[in-house]
Amino acid sequence: MKEKTYVDDIDRSIYDFRYENKDAYSIKSGLTPDIVEEISERKNDPEWMREFRLKALDIYNEMGIPNWGPPIDGLNMDDIVTYVKPNTKMSATWDEVPEDIKETFERLGIPQAERESLAGVGAQFDSELVYHNVRKEVEDQGVVYTDLESAMHGPYEEMIKEHFMKLITPRDHKFAALHGAVWSGGSFVYVPPGVSVEIPLQSYFRLNAPGAGQFEHTLIIVDEGADLHFIEGCSAPKYNIANLHAGAVELFVGKNAKMRYSTIENWSKNMYNLNTKRAIVEEGGKIEWVSGSFGSHTSYLYPMSVLQGKGARSEFTGVTFAGKGQNLDTGCKVVHNAPDTSSYVNTRSISKGGGISTFRSSVVVNKKAVNSKSSVSCESLMLDSESRSDTIPAMDIKTKDVDIGHEAKIGRISDEAVFYLMSRGLSENDARALIVSGFADTVSKELPLEYAVEMNNLIRLEMKGSIG
Amino acid sequence: MQSKLLEVKNLTVNVEDKEILHGVDLDINSGETHVIMGPNGAGKSTLGFALMGNPRYDKTGGSILFDGEDITDFTTDKVAKKGMFLSFQNPIEVPGITLSNFIRSALEERTGERIKLWDFKKELKKVMQSLDMDATYAERDLNVGFSGGEKKKAEILQLLMLKPKLAILDETDSGLDVDAVRTVSEGIRIYKEEVKGALIIITHSTKILEALSVDKTHVLVDGRMVKEGDSSLVTEINENGFESFM
Repeated sequence: MKEKTYVDDIDRSIYDFRYENKDAYSIKSGLTPDIVEEISERKNDPEWMREFRLKALDIYNEMGIPNWGPPIDGLNMDDIVTYVKPNTKMSATWDEVPEDIKETFERLGIPQAERESLAGVGAQFDSELVYHNVRKEVEDQGVVYTDLESAMHGPYEEMIKEHFMKLITPRDHKFAALHGAVWSGGSFVYVPPGVSVEIPLQSYFRLNAPGAGQFEHTLIIVDEGADLHFIEGCSAPKYNIANLHAGAVELFVGKNAKMRYSTIENWSKNMYNLNTKRAIVEEGGKIEWVSGSFGSHTSYLYPMSVLQGKGARSEFTGVTFAGKGQNLDTGCKVVHNAPDTSSYVNTRSISKGGGISTFRSSVVVNKKAVNSKSSVSCESLMLDSESRSDTIPAMDIKTKDVDIGHEAKIGRISDEAVFYLMSRGLSENDARALIVSGFADTVSKELPLEYAVEMNNLIRLEMKGSIG
Repeated sequence: MQSKLLEVKNLTVNVEDKEILHGVDLDINSGETHVIMGPNGAGKSTLGFALMGNPRYDKTGGSILFDGEDITDFTTDKVAKKGMFLSFQNPIEVPGITLSNFIRSALEERTGERIKLWDFKKELKKVMQSLDMDATYAERDLNVGFSGGEKKKAEILQLLMLKPKLAILDETDSGLDVDAVRTVSEGIRIYKEEVKGALIIITHSTKILEALSVDKTHVLVDGRMVKEGDSSLVTEINENGFESFM
């Protein structure tokens, strides 16, 4: 048997640039109540938030590390500097952003993206929002798009208090508790009833300080009959010591409202990405997840949809690319809690160079959820014989009157297809990249054009290497 | 005077360590039409794949000269760029790229230049019309969900757009209904007339040959060229089969 040509890992240096962390405020390693109090004070938390953080810390100390997924032994919490405040305040205009931070953002293409069709940019540098700009027409529609910290002190404090970590509680798992204790930065979006936000809102997260964890919190409330598309994109510079990302995304989709949440996560390859995302959907509402997972050393990522109201729907479209040294455990969860609800899951995973990609899904249909539908389909592509791909679908169906489907496929790139494309003049590299892009096409066509282009470029970069 | 385009000398080819072609010779001049006939398993498709540089087809001896260069060890993409084209018996479905974009990238690979979208679309539309192909196919993913006939038409469309010096048509007429065969034949006629390229037609049947003037016919049996003749050989085989050559 002829072995597959080994495709070398990409040169990630274009993503892995970083700047020296100057006089930014940084707390000492390890996690104690004193540290949490200190964070709370720095953030100027209201009293209820301070108490919340301390309770979450207790829960964090009680709970054990999850033992069912990829190993996270490389992660030593005592080494994680949980909070690094960049030496800049929130900025409304690009001009006010300090030069070195600006350059980092420029290399990530943020101002260009903003200049084009994007409504607002809340880009996060370390644990703080440094750049924030919401286009006037969106504000005029009554849409609130701001950072969570300042919103807590404004007219939306009650709303935040009512929703913050109610969907993802600190009891969910150890890293949710950690998040509750040390969360910092992130976005708050409120779309009033009936408002349809025409252009997607975008946020761009990025880690910088060595050893810093990132614990941003995204809280989005889409009120009755409203419509929103939110895009989150990530890229992080590379460091030698373990990096942790334990963010939380809570989405509240109201009656007959619609929300689409798109993400491309592209973490550097030493990152432990233990992110939690959850949406609750009321009657007639719909949540659409579009998720591209690249990079990171280890990922645990399973966006969850709770279909709470009659006729609520969820759609999940995801692609995961695991290269050398990566163990990406991704998938999604759906809970059907009401009649006539439907969920549709469609994922693609790619593994290469010994990478491990695991698709994990959980569909729960509760007793009340009669006449519900669920369809789960996952396809995996392994680019060589050392890579691994697993599928772990779980279903818990508690009522009879349901329509459930599951389909899984695992395959390899066919030599015949490569030969066919090469016979028209494409190089072997291009032919393989084309086949992989085509495989991921179901996701990229769900993304706005510039993101689809970015994702295809990522695939191309991941595929690039020394082919003999 | 016609110049030599392809010169295959004593070519032996192994597939998975088994010798399939045992020393094949084949000479083709620019613009000529050659037919290769032979029973199933004779090695006809193997010859096409080997010429095109498919790595599964291991050339253990002999040489291939194409347009003045030894291409025996060329990779498939290089052979293609040099002007050879293979029409597949079973074209592969490739999701994620439209037929139109695929042809344009292939053209750009060949010429190394960016092609003006407007000119390209215009030509593509014209060629599709001549092949009786619905214009919507251009924007569909390459071969995905195409019927057998549409796949073959898409192959001929690529042939006419890429304009190779030598086209190898491997059983392009197999499994097609009468109308599709007529359309494909028309495509081949246009290729001969407008591109003035050479052709190797690998076939069992003779339907597709009716409208073409064949310069030479070769009979391949058990990995060896056993007979060479003019177009009358096609008629002979049509009447008597291959038995006399086996």
